[in-house]
Amino acid sequence: MLNPKLKLNPKLFNPDVEQEPIRKGFGQGLAEAGEKNGNVVALCADLTESTQIYLFKEKFPERFIEIGVAEQNLVTVASGMASMGKIPFCSSYAMFSPGRNWEQIRTTIAYNDRPVKIVGSHTGVSVGPDGGTHQALEDIALMRVMPNMDIVSPCDALEAKRSTFALVDSGKPAYLRLAREKTPIITTEETPFEMGKAEIYWMPDVGLASVGIIATGALLYNALLAAKDLEREGVKIKVMNLSSIAPLDIESIVALAKETKRIVTVEEHQVRGGMGSAVAEVLVQNYPVPMEFIGVQNKFGQSGTPEELIEHYGMGVDAIKNAVKKVLSR
Amino acid sequence: MSFLSDEKVLQLEERANEIRKSIIEMLVEAGSGHTAGPLGMADVFTLFFFHILKHDPKNPSWEERDRFVLSNGHICPVYYATLAHAGYLPIEELKTLRKFGTRLQGHPHREYLPLLETSSGPLGTGLSQAVGMALADRISARSQNRFIYCFMSDGEQDAGNTWEGAMLAGKNKLHNLIAIIDRNNIQIDGYTENIMPLEPLADKWRAFNWHVIEVSGHDFTALNEAVTEAQSMYEKPTVIIAHTIPGKGVREFERDYKWHGYDPDLKDEIGYEMALKELRTLGGKIKSEHQ
Repeated sequence: MLNPKLKLNPKLFNPDVEQEPIRKGFGQGLAEAGEKNGNVVALCADLTESTQIYLFKEKFPERFIEIGVAEQNLVTVASGMASMGKIPFCSSYAMFSPGRNWEQIRTTIAYNDRPVKIVGSHTGVSVGPDGGTHQALEDIALMRVMPNMDIVSPCDALEAKRSTFALVDSGKPAYLRLAREKTPIITTEETPFEMGKAEIYWMPDVGLASVGIIATGALLYNALLAAKDLEREGVKIKVMNLSSIAPLDIESIVALAKETKRIVTVEEHQVRGGMGSAVAEVLVQNYPVPMEFIGVQNKFGQSGTPEELIEHYGMGVDAIKNAVKKVLSR
Repeated sequence: MSFLSDEKVLQLEERANEIRKSIIEMLVEAGSGHTAGPLGMADVFTLFFFHILKHDPKNPSWEERDRFVLSNGHICPVYYATLAHAGYLPIEELKTLRKFGTRLQGHPHREYLPLLETSSGPLGTGLSQAVGMALADRISARSQNRFIYCFMSDGEQDAGNTWEGAMLAGKNKLHNLIAIIDRNNIQIDGYTENIMPLEPLADKWRAFNWHVIEVSGHDFTALNEAVTEAQSMYEKPTVIIAHTIPGKGVREFERDYKWHGYDPDLKDEIGYEMALKELRTLGGKIKSEHQ
């Protein structure tokens, strides 16, 4: 069942569940944050509509800087603004920021510990027809190795909005991972979000779970669908939403592994170096258990519909169910 | 910021000479580091920290201070030495350069020395940070209160990031931003015009909608006038191309690009002595304090 404490969307499993792009939640959140905090500024590299930062730009044109197609400049200018007390959010496609400007982010933002928020949209193969050049599958890995850098990968538009508010106040460098496509609204306005805190979204009605699924981003929805199916087949599952990848909620991850003794991670990212790797690092040091990893297996993306690509790269509901069965057999 | 009397020029020359001595001593103690750039920029640093910058060594985080961004972090020996002579650091601390636990990291890191405006070393990123500072001041309606200065090397004019920042500053007519290029014509692999020709450098900056002034980086009066002119420009940002002599003050170093990345050889006592003697005697113009 859905965790009743979290007040998740009651229509979550309806065929006509409301859908919104995660990036839109960010755009709306930033525009709202701009009203509350006059230090919030926004910068964009020629993708204001795609990254939804235009919602801020329209309300606060004097606090918006158009950078043009220059992602190295995007983050270094943001770093300078942060040093003067601003809270800059700079958006582009994740493939270009942090894809193209990694060293600039390292030296001028993370090394200086300046509260710049790098907003990478269009992550994962679900970007669709644009093809592999525009489908960021390495961004979590790139940012996860960087000291001082927080990482948030929201599961839906509402969580994107809440995490945007949290990042305004965090005082830290951060990476916010967004996606292009409309995806189901999983949470509600009442669902909590806290940096460094992972929540259990699905749990057995009674008794202990035998597999823990840890998911990040919109694929959390597929993980929930898989858990619901498996429950009907008699397999008890817990599903964790790991939207805060850094800082990582080590305590909750270890507690889940202790209960279930088996873990499956789910992310729209390369398996190498991604969220699953972060979970594995925690578990091998604290409570080693068998694990399976759902994600892209060392390949680039390609053109197609989001649904086709998610299936092709092994991140659909059936792939998650198969991974659960595999980990149970180990 | 203001008129330089002949007497003040003499004082600045003496001060720059002291700073050069400190640079040589700290590099010898460290056993590694860049020589030519720091010595070549000693006059420019001296003029800025002892005449131009609005700052307070007793209160480094004074909100009203001008902002100073060093983009080419590898010349930090001159930065550290100037900060010490200006009263920000004990002179003795200069000997800790590049040693374990030091605040004076091999390339500047503000986690270790928070009074720095930024960390630097990887080239080509300082100007954009200065552009961000200038934009932030404009948004806060503070662009009349202070200036943002950025020192760059000529080598980092090779970097795309530099020109991305230049383009944005030109677009936004950031008159509160003043950049200074150390035009010493050398970079690690050789002479700039052989490695990656920069000329016509002034024309390049003009094409990016900057006001350009070319001046000697060793003429305090001319340099001061250039900065005054830059401060009075309200239409666009200004870049001052300061022509400097790498290794200035030590005859053996001057204009030889090998010194760009090499420390004065500790084993070469004669070379070290000669270098220091050149500095201590101002090239034979004065009697050394040790003679």
